[in-house]
Amino acid sequence: MLLRAAWRRAAVAVTAAPGPKPAAPTRGLRLRVGDHAPQSAVTADTTAAPEAGPVLRPLYMDVQATTPLDPRVLDAMLPYLINYYGNPHSRTHAYGWESEAAMERARQQVASLIGADPREIIFTSGATESNNIAIKELEAAIQPDTSLVSVMTVNNEIGVKQPIAEIGQICSSRKVYFHTDAAQAVGKIPLNVNDMKIDLMSISGHKIYGPKGVGAIYIRRRPRVRVEALQSGGGQERGMRSGTVPTPLVVGLGAACEVAQQEMEYDHKRISKLAERLIQNIMKSLPDVVMNGDPEHHYPGCINLSFAYVEGESLLMALKDVALSSGSACTSASLEPSYVLRAIGTDEDLAHSSIRFGIGRFTTEEEVDYTVEKCIQHVKRLREMSPLWEMVQDGIDLKSIKWTQH
Amino acid sequence: MAASSRAQVLDLYRAMLRESKRFSSYNYRTYAVRRIRDAFRENKNVKDPVEIQTLVNKAKRDLEVIRRQMNSRSVAQAEVHWHNLSSLQPLPPQFKQFSYLSLLISWDYRRTPSHLANFCIFSRDGVSLY
Repeated sequence: MLLRAAWRRAAVAVTAAPGPKPAAPTRGLRLRVGDHAPQSAVTADTTAAPEAGPVLRPLYMDVQATTPLDPRVLDAMLPYLINYYGNPHSRTHAYGWESEAAMERARQQVASLIGADPREIIFTSGATESNNIAIKELEAAIQPDTSLVSVMTVNNEIGVKQPIAEIGQICSSRKVYFHTDAAQAVGKIPLNVNDMKIDLMSISGHKIYGPKGVGAIYIRRRPRVRVEALQSGGGQERGMRSGTVPTPLVVGLGAACEVAQQEMEYDHKRISKLAERLIQNIMKSLPDVVMNGDPEHHYPGCINLSFAYVEGESLLMALKDVALSSGSACTSASLEPSYVLRAIGTDEDLAHSSIRFGIGRFTTEEEVDYTVEKCIQHVKRLREMSPLWEMVQDGIDLKSIKWTQH
Repeated sequence: MAASSRAQVLDLYRAMLRESKRFSSYNYRTYAVRRIRDAFRENKNVKDPVEIQTLVNKAKRDLEVIRRQMNSRSVAQAEVHWHNLSSLQPLPPQFKQFSYLSLLISWDYRRTPSHLANFCIFSRDGVSLY
């Protein structure tokens, strides 16, 4: 009750603030009561900042970039951030023992999600480090007949699922090592390293509602896969990754894996429904929209759409109430269109018009509907302004135009 | 031990929904409410008392998880440093003794957690780190 009253007060306070705002969207969506902006507004006015009203923040539809912490994961981590602060490699006292026990429990949780043995899981700082360890193995064991196949399980830009089991089958029959970067796939689609004959797998914590700064690499023991350590030191993690294992982070990763295992079916069903809703509603209201990626072998939570005759960046800026991205975060600083889209043969202009919608465990139907509504509204508006669109409406074939150089 | 009665299950359901509605984050709040409703609905025809008790125990553990989060989040919203008690928003009576010491006590070392599931033995005083 109190909370709802606080919402209304906050809504009034915010709408009274100076500055033009577009038509107010559904109240429940844009309010983030209690979401105080972490950075204090630096103003010339040095008087103490009054109690800042709740800050309106955009809807989050960029789960491929990162995911929020699941409350159950935070609950698991907290004791290890407060009282249970021992170094898991300390062998001589209870602080170390309890920390080590937590670390091993987390290892078991990660292993059971992918059908591995806990001894095959090495904790790292993230999937990037895991990828580097896996690839380095190739350099370490280079012989004419040794090679490594490395494939992403689920692509982070277009959501395509690679035929991992088939690739694993081929690799094992040719005695070639098979590595997969499963950062976007772990906990979302069923994975079994034995059924799929995977030798090396990279796992990322913050893609599965776990903490940032932690990941794991799965390294097969039978038949043994040898990897070379990237960082040397005290020999922790079987010498494959020296450095104190951060207990709170790995406990979070373990908890995230356990929760993912329990929630996989429920999440998948829900996300599929929401994805269907988003795609259908956009496509029926807007012409010339292309979904990038194979629709059959596709993870539903990652939807990449190209809106013809609309520039992707301008659409992103227009959709300022929704946190979206075009292309992956790791390459977002450059203005080049996505290498993934180029690789699947997307036209240059369509590649520039792509937007990635991410639907995750915490995404609601209202958020999807709001995103769809705004997307349709802004695409229509931007197309109205576009001379290319005008030409297309007049029946001109853009491909036939000879653009002269000045 | 007698299995949980229908009334007890309903009480638990209502308690969980009540606590979940206190999440200040829109996404966590809607997820918790939705997930709880769907889970109870999905299991409403379970007849085996052992299975019912297992489900009830899991629900109780999840309720404690939510309760602990509520405590940490309500303090975080007050944007208070641990040692500055005067600006704390009025908390329910049982949390009046909130202090740095109680933070330590609540995650008492002596009560070693053996599994994620056993965190229900922790006291309700949460911590403000979020």
